Amino acid sequence: MKVLVPVKRVIDYNVKVRVKADGSGVDLANVKMSMNPFDEIAVEEAIRLKEAGKASDVIVVSIGVKQAQETLRTALAMGADRAILVVAADDVHTDIEPLAVAKILAAIVKEEDPGLVICGKQAIDNDLNATGQMLAALTGFAQATNANTLAVEDGAAVVAREVDGGLQTIKVTLPAIVTTDLRLNEPRYASLPNIMKAKKKPLDEKTAADYGVDVSPRLDIVSTAEPAARTAGIKVESVDELVSKLKDAGVV
Amino acid sequence: MAVLVVAEITDGALSMDATAKAVTAARPLGDVTVLCIGSLARAAAGEAATISGVARVLCAENALYGHRLAEPVAALIVSLAGEYAHIVAPATTDAKNILPRVAALLDVMVLTDVTAVVDADTFVRPVYAGNAMQTVRSKDEKKVITFRTSTFEAAGTGDPVTIDDVAAADAPGLSEWLEDRVAESDRPELTSAKIVVSGGRGVGSEENFAIIEALADKLGAAVGASRAAVDSGFAPNDWQVGQTGKVVAPDLYVACGISGAIQHLAGMKDSKIIVAINKDEEAPIFQVADYGLVADLFQAVPELTEKL
Ligand SMILES: Cc1cc2nc3c(=O)[nH]c(=O)nc-3n(C[C@H](O)[C@H](O)[C@H](O)COP(=O)(O)OP(=O)(O)OC[C@H]3O[C@@H](n4cnc5c(N)ncnc54)[C@H](O)[C@@H]3O)c2cc1C
Ligand SMILES: Nc1ncnc2c1ncn2[C@@H]1O[C@H](COP(=O)(O)O)[C@@H](O)[C@H]1O
Repeated sequence: MKVLVPVKRVIDYNVKVRVKADGSGVDLANVKMSMNPFDEIAVEEAIRLKEAGKASDVIVVSIGVKQAQETLRTALAMGADRAILVVAADDVHTDIEPLAVAKILAAIVKEEDPGLVICGKQAIDNDLNATGQMLAALTGFAQATNANTLAVEDGAAVVAREVDGGLQTIKVTLPAIVTTDLRLNEPRYASLPNIMKAKKKPLDEKTAADYGVDVSPRLDIVSTAEPAARTAGIKVESVDELVSKLKDAGVV
Repeated sequence: MAVLVVAEITDGALSMDATAKAVTAARPLGDVTVLCIGSLARAAAGEAATISGVARVLCAENALYGHRLAEPVAALIVSLAGEYAHIVAPATTDAKNILPRVAALLDVMVLTDVTAVVDADTFVRPVYAGNAMQTVRSKDEKKVITFRTSTFEAAGTGDPVTIDDVAAADAPGLSEWLEDRVAESDRPELTSAKIVVSGGRGVGSEENFAIIEALADKLGAAVGASRAAVDSGFAPNDWQVGQTGKVVAPDLYVACGISGAIQHLAGMKDSKIIVAINKDEEAPIFQVADYGLVADLFQAVPELTEKL
């Protein structure tokens, strides 16, 4: 069984985001970019399935600017077998919407016929939390989002999902789309020898047009603004002072 | 135009708070129909029919919809989509599971975690962990939206409107529910609580979380946690507050042993009053706290519990 893992190149989670003064977006030029953290978890899970003898090949895909190549090399260094880069934009500020990403992924699913697709639950740039579910719709596959644990057996996957009330365990027929939550695993670091080896692993370059997908956005970004700022309050010296401040504020 | 609000229902019980907030968000968009889906949905439909501003309620009660598996529920919503320009829901894990699937089946984009409605096509939503607010205009004919509940007031209640039954749609039968692991609690629900007390890595262990819970119980508060506390096994996953957990905006948020990473702030910085108790005076949480107490939480939190 092949496992397909879509990985997105996003601003590193440690970087403080700056909104551009003219309101046209956030500044992504010259900032550190990394693999979306949920996708690292997805790559790790796929590699573990391979190590457990449940998966044959781990294929990673990234859709966006050419620089996403680096993200794919990182995934290859972690242990993925091959990569597909779908170039769909030339400006690093262009974000391809989940619907278009899902359409491209659906075309790749048709070509590669994976038993499982593992996506991140959410890209930490657009915070949309949509692509996996959209891909499931377009392929007609079952979906199991927010995976906390994943077990693959006999043509099905058992997934404990992180939900508002706790955990919900479901069983989905394969092929299926799973999205990762934070507790699924702890991703490994790529070792230096593996980083060297990854340079020789196959990386196919495609374009959105190769899959016949129109990536023009459905949502026009009208403006991007700073959120309302919160001003720091005061330091209190003691629990007594805190209690009296809270009483004055009328919240206790 | 008409708006379809998908009600939040768990095991037959309506989440009045989340649903009534989504109704408030949906009102400016047109006449509101609330859709109640579940293997048990009639009682929930009866309650939803009393939410002010609702014009009509649809009840889809069928064994197919137990546990609200995404495939059958999305198929049902799509079967009803025809007459609605907007299909919306509160931004719960349940709706976030289902609505993007609905959107893709309708070949439209989805807008998640929307915090403001500008007009029928234009919406505001946070991006980059709430570090930027994006205003987007949708070119799609139908809009599929989840609304962030912490930014909308719940609609009130009034005389009930009519409830119509709707037929089940085809169910693909691709998934099966096995088990729920849900902790029973008498505490208020995290996203609707007036007060939230949260613990972070500084709490140190699951046992130590008892002091956070004692303060919460004294205040009639819900308990929250940082990702680090959840990852370390101190607290269950459904207590996580933040960019990728729950978003809360209570009257009072008390952060104990939490450093204030941007991903945590994303989930609580709209709280009315923020209290931080942390032994590191440089902790970033103090930059958003109205009242900061530099102290060891193992002394300060029990003392606070006692003196309140
Ligand atoms: C993709 C992604 C998603 C994430 N999503 C979330 C999310 O939704 N929610 C979230 O919270 N985080 C999230 N994070 C994690 C976030 O980046 C931080 O790592 C996390 O919030 C840190 O938790 P913490 O403040 O409890 O721990 P730490 O940063 O380790 O802080 C512990 C604090 O406790 C204080 N302390 C220690 N002992 C005591 C004591 N005895 N008394 C008083 N104070 C004490 C310390 O001074 C310190 O400030 C996410 C990260 C990533 C990469
Ligand atoms: N441009 C992209 N390239 C590859 N994978 C993507 C891309 N966009 C989204 N994904 C995948 O979809 C997940 C959810 O993203 P989103 O729906 O944008 O929050 C990510 O964690 C990735 O696994």
